[in-house]
Amino acid sequence: MAALINVPPRAKRGDIIEIKTLMSHIMETGYRRTTTGEIVPRDIITSFTCRYNGAEIFRADLFPAVAANPFISFFTIVAESGTFDFEWIGDNGFSATAKAAITVE
Amino acid sequence: MRRFRTILTATLLLTADPLHANDIAQDPRRSGATFMAPETRAMQDDDTANPGMLWVQEGEALWTKAGGAAGKACADCHGDAQASMKGVAARYPAFDRELGRPVNLEQRINLERARHQEASPLAYESRDLLALTAFVARQSQGLPITAGQDPQLAPFVASGHELFTRREGQLNLSCANCHDDNWDKHLAGSAITQAHPTGYPLYRLEWQSLGSLQRRLRGCIFGVRAQPYDFGAPELVELELYLMTRAAGMAIEAPAVRP
Repeated sequence: MAALINVPPRAKRGDIIEIKTLMSHIMETGYRRTTTGEIVPRDIITSFTCRYNGAEIFRADLFPAVAANPFISFFTIVAESGTFDFEWIGDNGFSATAKAAITVE
Repeated sequence: MRRFRTILTATLLLTADPLHANDIAQDPRRSGATFMAPETRAMQDDDTANPGMLWVQEGEALWTKAGGAAGKACADCHGDAQASMKGVAARYPAFDRELGRPVNLEQRINLERARHQEASPLAYESRDLLALTAFVARQSQGLPITAGQDPQLAPFVASGHELFTRREGQLNLSCANCHDDNWDKHLAGSAITQAHPTGYPLYRLEWQSLGSLQRRLRGCIFGVRAQPYDFGAPELVELELYLMTRAAGMAIEAPAVRP
């Protein structure tokens, strides 16, 4: 699945940086019906996590009220160079990952 | 009296300010983006917050993927899209000699698939067609719209304009009744805008998805309670063509974001 990640490529130790993520997903609520009356089954992302050099720094639970293609942005303090690992998990076995590197000076 | 004062102010504005007498008159035409909230504009301008970029990313992958009986990818003929597709979206809909009529960007992609890749056409509004269209359109971002310059298109532009001004539907409204006469007003809280299709295919928050200009046009036609034309209908292409000539010279924003 397509994802857009925005992490500054470099930062100073102790800086507060903003991380922006955008994940491609329909986020079908499970409350809608087709023209013939059948319920359109729920298909959403249920969980998002971000790990910074292996340690979890951010987690979010997502619900049917979240719009399609969820955009999640958050802040963190950078301590060392390394990698951010992102993971989205959802209905119907949905799973997607992405990573971004940062150089800390 | 109020009217007189308005005229007086306008006259003063026109005659005063000799310093700027030689400046080029500012284009009074406005992109739909100028009607949006600052937050929505920020979303469009940030490539990592603009959901339309997800389709562009997928289109980029499709560009180099071989397909059809010929086993060829778009890139096998067109190479690097950054160079070969630059300015292409700005001049569509364009005249197709074989068909003898204008085709829009989506139809061009499907024609290329049929003629060179020997592949089946992608359905209108399908993920793949929108992705390829968005990827191609993105290569023209910031370039001025040049559609309709081909003299062979003149009769089609004229019929598009005729459609734009023709009243239809149970509400008996033409496009022009809103987009020419009332663009500075609101319709149920939404800005009416001036009908300059600078950003298609674009991400509409209401749609929760990317969509084509034809989807937008069909929405409007449905809104005046008329029977919308099918996707790809010649009438919709002519309307698209007229709208692009109306916006000639304005910058392409694709993939734009709209509420």
